[in-house]
Amino acid sequence: MTEFKLMKGNEAMAEAAILAGCDAYFGYPITPQSEVLEYLAREMPKHNRIVMQAESEVASINMVYGAAGAGFRTMTSSSSPGISLMQEGISYIAGAELPCLIVNVNRAGPGLGTIQPGQGDYFQSTKGGGHGDYRMIVLAPASVQEMADFVYLGFDLAEKYRNPVLMLSDGAIGQMMEKVKFKPYTRPEVDKSGWATTGKPKTRKRNYITSLHILPEKMEEHNRHLEEKFKMIRENEVRFEEYNTEGAEYLFVAYGLSARICQKAMDMARQKGIKVGLLRPVTLYPYPYQRLNELAAQVKLMLSVELNSGQMVEDVRLAVNGKVPVEFYGRMGGMMPTPEEIVHHLETLIQYHHVN
Amino acid sequence: MSIDQHVLPGPEPVLNLPACHKEEDEYEMVYHKPATMVDTAMHYCPGCAHSLVHKLIMEVVEEMDIQEKTVGVAPVGCSVFAYDYMDIDMQEAAHGRACAVATGIKRLMPDKYVFTYQGDGDLAAIGIAETLHAVNRGENILIVFMNNAVYGMTSGQMAPTTLPGMHTTTSPDGRDVGYYGAPIKVSELLAVLPGSFYVTRQSVNNPNAVRRTKKALQNALKYQQLHKGTCLVEIIGNCPSNWKMTPVEAAKFIDEEMVKTFPLGDIKVPNAEDLKIF
Amino acid sequence: MNSLNDCRQLEELIVAGFGGQGVLSLGMTLAYAGMVENKEISWMPSYGPEMRGGTANCIVILSENKISSPILSQFDSAIVLNQPSMDKFAPRIKEGGLLLYESGNIFKPSTRTDINIIGIPATTEALLMKNAKTMNMIMLGAYLQLKPVVQNDSILEALAKVLPEKYHHLLPVNRQALELGEALARDWKPELV
Repeated sequence: MTEFKLMKGNEAMAEAAILAGCDAYFGYPITPQSEVLEYLAREMPKHNRIVMQAESEVASINMVYGAAGAGFRTMTSSSSPGISLMQEGISYIAGAELPCLIVNVNRAGPGLGTIQPGQGDYFQSTKGGGHGDYRMIVLAPASVQEMADFVYLGFDLAEKYRNPVLMLSDGAIGQMMEKVKFKPYTRPEVDKSGWATTGKPKTRKRNYITSLHILPEKMEEHNRHLEEKFKMIRENEVRFEEYNTEGAEYLFVAYGLSARICQKAMDMARQKGIKVGLLRPVTLYPYPYQRLNELAAQVKLMLSVELNSGQMVEDVRLAVNGKVPVEFYGRMGGMMPTPEEIVHHLETLIQYHHVN
Repeated sequence: MSIDQHVLPGPEPVLNLPACHKEEDEYEMVYHKPATMVDTAMHYCPGCAHSLVHKLIMEVVEEMDIQEKTVGVAPVGCSVFAYDYMDIDMQEAAHGRACAVATGIKRLMPDKYVFTYQGDGDLAAIGIAETLHAVNRGENILIVFMNNAVYGMTSGQMAPTTLPGMHTTTSPDGRDVGYYGAPIKVSELLAVLPGSFYVTRQSVNNPNAVRRTKKALQNALKYQQLHKGTCLVEIIGNCPSNWKMTPVEAAKFIDEEMVKTFPLGDIKVPNAEDLKIF
Repeated sequence: MNSLNDCRQLEELIVAGFGGQGVLSLGMTLAYAGMVENKEISWMPSYGPEMRGGTANCIVILSENKISSPILSQFDSAIVLNQPSMDKFAPRIKEGGLLLYESGNIFKPSTRTDINIIGIPATTEALLMKNAKTMNMIMLGAYLQLKPVVQNDSILEALAKVLPEKYHHLLPVNRQALELGEALARDWKPELV
């Protein structure tokens, strides 16, 4: 027997949170991620950690604010409608520069939508979501293993930059079971004494957590400071994976579950002699613009495959800047594109653009 | 050219000091601003209750010597800048969310003294869910509830606690109870929850009232050591600016009008058994 | 039917039926056994209201190589336990594939002639064993007899992991059910190869 465990993505994420030293989890039940709260309600007390079912997502994100502001490693998770409710709190957390991990197990929308998997929250996750000028580091897992791994990474990045990190998963990755191995983890030392509200000793000035800067001069200064930080994130934290891009003539661009489906489509297409590769952005913010731009010099056509009506494709087009055609294929509402469907679409596009 | 230069040279003026004159350091200190307050001017209007209540809380913190162990949560409202005045670690919460933020702080640091400072719009309108659930969980925090029956910061709109018939900028003909309902009696509402431990309603519109309010705050912070539940100190606040009154008229308005809807006094007190250890 | 060798390399299976028939745990037991054998595995359930009495299904993939898509539209095999699942998934079995169905619940099996179709009266047999809940294990036993994608020992180990400890007194009866399923399928000769 190996050291592997068979777990749902949601459970693997919850277990990883415990192993990552998460001090507190605040959440509210919502399909398809209620296993997280259930798992932690069972396990966290054994480790003397705090777990709380809040009265709403609004409350849970603000409990995260309080605990993170006091310097604790804190997280919450939810699914699309719940994440919408959290947006106010997320904006405050970003404004007050608090580190925390937020997990969105994306379901299809808008509105109450359906509980089936979707990727319709790409815009919300990467372009703001809440009000004001802020960004979150967005990690997009594509396997149960990554649901676990990105918890460690997410917490570390959040504390490194004092910024909220969002893990954007989906109902399928959250609900499916795969093998998962919990790797040994060393938590980086982070000094929070300069800002965490742990009670003011006589020896230091008071710490206060706020996102309020009423003077325009001060507010702009704070905005500039945040932007500096986001610039550093853009320079240092771009992550992506490539499959068969060497010598590829066509490129699938897809993240999360879509990337898994595209891998199968890629294998099928290559069996047919179509030289297609795949780029999977692992961070959706910061986005691998530069690498896509480089690949635009090599491939004849890019196809963004998403479980929405076309959101990430805008970033692919931005990256490529008109060098090659960038097309989109997506299914919505919890419907999944089959690999066959994707290959067929690619073949049609190759004909249409006469790029063969 | 400064005024000094106009003074003609001449002999030092002779000051006829009274016999009781003392140099500054010879006076006995009978009153001082608590050391737990930041030495700065406040932005509050003349006659406003906030500055007084800030000072009372900080006096209690100083007297209990718990500055190192106290974390406050400021609301959105007039007292949004409370952390500019109270020399303790504080967090500024989103509008209405102070009790959720305080929950996050207190649950992780159960031995710290945690309080929220919230107005009626913040606590009783947009934040009623967070407040009610925090109290229902018996969060071991102090909620200082400043009730002045109007939205102060946004300049005088109707609050959930606005008195029947009271004129505000959004109830220009007076609050129509048939249309908007009656004012919420938050303290009475929360006192029925088993999670609340001590609930009292006070005011700060005369010296006796100030003393009683300070006593209530002392009790509430002290009770936090018991881990028995939420303490709520509601304070009827004067808001002369938005009530369109002089400070004196505002102080009178509390005694003559506000107390009819919001009678002062303890609403829920701990039983003697619980307080034995003090 | 994909050969023994092939199915040990890669097997893409769907299990489908009513919620409560043990669809998900059947798939999970198989996935667990795959993990015992160091295979790559994925178990993708349908979720939501299905859990509360509607139709439920799960896709199980066992592979010697890294698994790409956990969601499939075509399957090597299907184990179907009710009529709606038969109607929905029979057309999605690859040519030459295996369709195993519970014959007590399904009266109109697929009429396809390019796949191997076999009915197992697992419900009746489970009732004869005085434990209706072992129906899914009888089906799993029959499936493994036809497609030995994992070793018997691995399944037994998996069973002990999937079954919560408070139900471990039921391990023997589950084992019995597996063996019964194997026996029921043993005499069946595929018409297609």
